[in-house]
Amino acid sequence: MTAVTDRQKLSYIASQAADARVNVELETEGMTLNIGPQHPATHGTLRIVAQLDGEQVIRAEPMAGYMHRGYEKLSEVRTYPQITTLVNRIDWLGSFANEVPFILAAEHLMEVEAPPRATWIRTLLFEMSRVAHMILFLGDMGVQLGAVTPVFFAFRDREFVLDQIEKATGGRFHPNFDRIGGLKDDLPKGWIESTKDSMQTVLTFCDQIEDLLLGSEIFQSRTRGIGVIPKDVAMQYGLSGANARGSGIDWDLRRDNPVGLAYPDLDWKVWTHPDGDSFSRFWVRLQETREAVKMIEQLCDGMPSGPIMAKVPRIIKVPAGEAYVATENPLGEMGYYLVSQGGLTPFRLKIRSASFNNVSIAPWLLRGVYVPDIITILGSLYFILGDIDR
Amino acid sequence: MTLSFMDPLLALELAYWQETSLKVLLGLAAALGLTGAVVYLYLFKFVSFMQSRLGPMEAGPYGSLQLLAEVGKWLQKEDITPSRADKLVFGIAPAVVLTSTFLIFVVIPAGPNAVIADLATGIYYVLAVSSLSVIGILMAGWASANKYALIGGLRAAGQLIAYELPMVLAVVGVVITVGSLNLQDIVAAQASGEIFGWDGIGNPFVITQFIGFMIFLIAVQAELTQTPFDMPIAESELVAGYHVEYTGIRFLVYFISEFATAVAFAAVASTLFLGGWAVPESWGISRDAMHWVGPVVISTKAVILVGVVFWVRFTFPRFREDQLQKLAWKGLIPLALANIAVTAALKVAF
Repeated sequence: MTAVTDRQKLSYIASQAADARVNVELETEGMTLNIGPQHPATHGTLRIVAQLDGEQVIRAEPMAGYMHRGYEKLSEVRTYPQITTLVNRIDWLGSFANEVPFILAAEHLMEVEAPPRATWIRTLLFEMSRVAHMILFLGDMGVQLGAVTPVFFAFRDREFVLDQIEKATGGRFHPNFDRIGGLKDDLPKGWIESTKDSMQTVLTFCDQIEDLLLGSEIFQSRTRGIGVIPKDVAMQYGLSGANARGSGIDWDLRRDNPVGLAYPDLDWKVWTHPDGDSFSRFWVRLQETREAVKMIEQLCDGMPSGPIMAKVPRIIKVPAGEAYVATENPLGEMGYYLVSQGGLTPFRLKIRSASFNNVSIAPWLLRGVYVPDIITILGSLYFILGDIDR
Repeated sequence: MTLSFMDPLLALELAYWQETSLKVLLGLAAALGLTGAVVYLYLFKFVSFMQSRLGPMEAGPYGSLQLLAEVGKWLQKEDITPSRADKLVFGIAPAVVLTSTFLIFVVIPAGPNAVIADLATGIYYVLAVSSLSVIGILMAGWASANKYALIGGLRAAGQLIAYELPMVLAVVGVVITVGSLNLQDIVAAQASGEIFGWDGIGNPFVITQFIGFMIFLIAVQAELTQTPFDMPIAESELVAGYHVEYTGIRFLVYFISEFATAVAFAAVASTLFLGGWAVPESWGISRDAMHWVGPVVISTKAVILVGVVFWVRFTFPRFREDQLQKLAWKGLIPLALANIAVTAALKVAF
């Protein structure tokens, strides 16, 4: 062995000094995790900036706007029949439901009333788009939690519902079927029977999901007590739809303010759950799917006969005035505040979409949860990017 | 039953290096062949049928050549190394994982002589080398210079270490019963055993060590990072976890090692609990015939066990990290210890 050289001594001292410096300066700092805009769990382009301490979220902020398409402004330079094409694409999974409140608002200003058959078919298609929407949610929640299989069942069984919508309206995704004063067409022959058949498929799917996901202990341990929204907080953030009902708020526009739709004639129930966690939101949506199937069956059985179009002028001009009409869409309350100055186009159209409010609670909800829970919570809040950004 | 035409082959005298290279080549071929079969059978077809779709149908009859097309695709893809990655570590990591996988195959016996190295401490060696993969995963997670990969790598490290323990403890029950760590001894003990004097099916340890078998399977599921224990990958959270930055052939290496490890662990589980390559001695199949029957027997058992892994994988949602640790430390480890205590007591008593 050779003697220790000066050089080695110096390097030893330097390393000791470096260690001491590190010990003084050693501070842990949070990690900023950028979830999105491209991320498998955000269905669309929601970006969430999360400050993490290990796996725990200190702060998370959703950033909307990556999909802003300017529908409110575009509506001001479109005639009324043209606008339904635009609003179809707001919440693209439940397209038909987007058209209805807008058409109802315009009808309200024009003082036109759709004939009963048109109203019933509207309600029927409205509920069918809810069923198609919710089937996808029920399967998608599994994917968010890591179970890949339910979503394939969801896509399979949703197709039966979409087929029915396509047969009636001609559009699988974007029907563009609603008209001021009624509907574009009547239902095709044999449609009622095949719709009832497809609803049986949906009920079977709901049972399957209950076996596969809802009853799974892993699913329950992942969702129960995760993302709890108390009743008062849900009200403060303006949550609506199943998110509000999952927090025990017994509020449903279909029952409480059924403007221009056939809900008062039907026998159905509003489901609420007192827990306010991710599980209760999932549960409420599952029950609502079954309720919607029940409603569709009643609508099919009791469909009135008659015309499907009221008398409206060929060129639609809406008289000056203001109207706000909101309906209980699959994602929650969707409303159109329509201001007309009597021209061919609206003067101003404010769209109140459900997802924007539903996601606004995310920063409050995501404090202190673990990274996997971000996905659970966002999945259970259930938003559509088009519905946030418009 | 004898297969006399095989005798000259078995009597062939080879130099040590020839024998070893031949064994390694055959072992590699068997491992990769089984892996390919498992991927086609389960990942492509079985899972497709579970999810009410057909799976690949175009490449070859019933899509049986799809895997070749997939491999060809990956080989053609650009091999990207992130500019801020630690290039050396990033490059080595897949090789470490793959090595760990192939080292397991070294000691798995597929017949009376069909084993690359018949180690006296066989099962101990298996458990030791299988945990090497965690180093590769941690290297990949750290070297990728990606936050998702880092979280995935750290999750994998915590998870794999936590589930090594129940796995080791589950094996101890078998080792106590046999009194040997050698895998051939474990196979022989099961083939020649009897259940209350009835030797119709030998004595596979899945009966006496059922708790050990279940714990072993759960731990295997976690070691393979398959759902419900797939937090290190977790597509919906971490995009692809520790291999998020890997493309082309390096991703292919991870892919191969994931499924080859599944085959390896399934083969180990069938050796430990299902009787391995042997058929019960009372069936009267000669030792010569077992040279050829043995590999078929253990392959079948292993492939069926991999099927269980995939069945579970595509049925359940995944745990959260804390729930997974709780399951390992509060559930499986105490259960495995109790199993050891009971096994040891019974061993002493009888």
